[in-house]
Amino acid sequence: MAILDKLKDGVQRELEGLEFVIGWEQGYDPLHASPLFIRTPGDIDRLIWNPLCVHNLASYLPSLKGRRVGILLKGCDSRSVIQLLQEGLIKREEIVIFGIPCRGVVDLSKIKSRIDTSQMRAVSLMDDAVVIEIPQGREEIPLDDVLATKCLSCQYPTPLIYDHLAGEVLPPQRPTEVLYKEVEVIEELDVQDRLAHWERELDRCIRCYACRNACPLCVCQDYCAAESRNPRWLSQRAGVSEKVMWHIMHALHLAGRCTDCGECERACPMDIPIQRIRRKINKEIKELFGYEAGVNPEDTPPLYTFKVEEPTIQEREW
Amino acid sequence: MVSREARFLATDNIPALLRRLGNTYRVFAPVKVSDTIVLFQEFAESAGLALDEQTTLPPKELLFPQTEGLVSYRYRKDAEDLEKSEVQVEETLEAPPTIIFGVRPCDARGLTVFDAVFTDGQWRDPYYKARREATTIVTVLCTQPESTCFCTSVGGSPTGIEGSDIILTIVTGGYVAEPVTEKGETLLQDEAFTPAGDKAGEAGEAREKVSVERELELDGIAEQLLDIFGTDFWEQVTAKCISCAACTYVCPTCFCFTITDDTTGIEGSRIRTWDSCMFYLYTLEASGHNPRPTKTERYRNRIGHKFSYHPTSYEGMFGCSGCGRCIKVCPASLDIRQVLREAKAHG
Repeated sequence: MAILDKLKDGVQRELEGLEFVIGWEQGYDPLHASPLFIRTPGDIDRLIWNPLCVHNLASYLPSLKGRRVGILLKGCDSRSVIQLLQEGLIKREEIVIFGIPCRGVVDLSKIKSRIDTSQMRAVSLMDDAVVIEIPQGREEIPLDDVLATKCLSCQYPTPLIYDHLAGEVLPPQRPTEVLYKEVEVIEELDVQDRLAHWERELDRCIRCYACRNACPLCVCQDYCAAESRNPRWLSQRAGVSEKVMWHIMHALHLAGRCTDCGECERACPMDIPIQRIRRKINKEIKELFGYEAGVNPEDTPPLYTFKVEEPTIQEREW
Repeated sequence: MVSREARFLATDNIPALLRRLGNTYRVFAPVKVSDTIVLFQEFAESAGLALDEQTTLPPKELLFPQTEGLVSYRYRKDAEDLEKSEVQVEETLEAPPTIIFGVRPCDARGLTVFDAVFTDGQWRDPYYKARREATTIVTVLCTQPESTCFCTSVGGSPTGIEGSDIILTIVTGGYVAEPVTEKGETLLQDEAFTPAGDKAGEAGEAREKVSVERELELDGIAEQLLDIFGTDFWEQVTAKCISCAACTYVCPTCFCFTITDDTTGIEGSRIRTWDSCMFYLYTLEASGHNPRPTKTERYRNRIGHKFSYHPTSYEGMFGCSGCGRCIKVCPASLDIRQVLREAKAHG
């Protein structure tokens, strides 16, 4: 049975005991999927599963605490759920997880940077290519060229937590070495150039907080320090220093918690490569504490605990 | 229109024109700043113009900046009585003469929504008004609608002139320029504009050919939105919304703002910054009560304002020009057209 059929079958059987199941449906054009809230058996037909199902649906879970819901998760998305469970922000018994072994999802910005999709007519998804029909003709793009960057180094194609798995366990297929490739390019800049790089990129931020609201681990939401007027931590001015400050705040609040799902960058209407900031911090956390967020529900994130002596931090020998 | 005398602007003459205008005006035009982002930026010949695609953001920032100083202030203590202090306040209004080149008809029309609220109605906003009066809008008419375009559904047109000072129609080798206002007429005196001759006819034919399907039937939507105000329709339709402000900040007609004081020591400035009805803080009251506590009430207000309250207050004018940016940028791909269709069909 194909993955989608298995998903539909599973949802059909579980739906009665749940308020709804969150999956994906076709969006407003052939290139966009959109989150789907399946409330009745009649909604199940709208469910889709393909590389356009980019959204990390786990972002909806913290606001649904206390309600019994089902959710479809890719491997990377499942790490957000694990992290939320570790932090007590959601309850395992309230959630039914339909796991999907995933070979990668596309980055729509990568497609849009290659071809003008504004008058696109149709999209077909092959195993190794995306074919897009535009008025000028038919464009075939190798799938690897437009996969989300996170997919190119994916180590968790199969969800790490699930109640039902739609398919066979898929072992990791991708190299780990490329994970920090983009981070390393920025690390090589000296401090002044690095600041200049980020000021240039972040200058086009419009402080819309799509990055925050799309983030599954950004759970303060309505009480975010960036907007709070009392205390007033940050001016509401849309200057580059406030924008840089906001993104540093966001990234630091995710230290040891970010699961690299990339929703922040995907949601950004200005296509700012902000996932790299989180990746840099993930790299530091890995080096400092040997820790990777969202892989084991029994773990305690390093900044949620305290050790008198951290084995990797040489405090006394400074 | 002031006059229908058409002029021709050769594509090759545009850089020189904008350079000359730059002596008298601030000149903004669309520039590709990355592979996927096009923004209005101050014209620099090296940057190149991106006139053939919709800008990522509308030009509203230039008339209604995301951050705008309203007044600056400074406290001064009374040397005789330290309990007393006085405050000196200075207005900080900047409205230099500006040209925005390469605007689209939907965005120019979006400004007429601002005009109704900020300059033509019961209240006058001196900041917006001064800037609007100092700005000349040069609009390039559309030739090809994008899949997200729906200007004709909300009363606009791909070849519409509302809100523009000059309209440009693409013809062989350049554009046919026609003035819409006196301001536009003044600009057309520049030597870059030559007699249009046969090109005027070509422009007329080109405009005839452009069409955007009217995909929404919005008659009666204002009343219908009130009728379904208290139904569970809103919770269902907003389930996927993540309550960010991307839709409102890319919108050419969203004009909400907040005012805060940035004080350092004894001086500071009172600033006006964009605000969004999608934020919790937008309606949070001093008592702690919030009449729109969740995304459901907030999104209902966004739709209600644009398609019911605004047209009721402003002679039927929707608070939407159909540019489709909110659809494009939504992280959840929530489609405002679909919401309106379902709202009409509900109940």
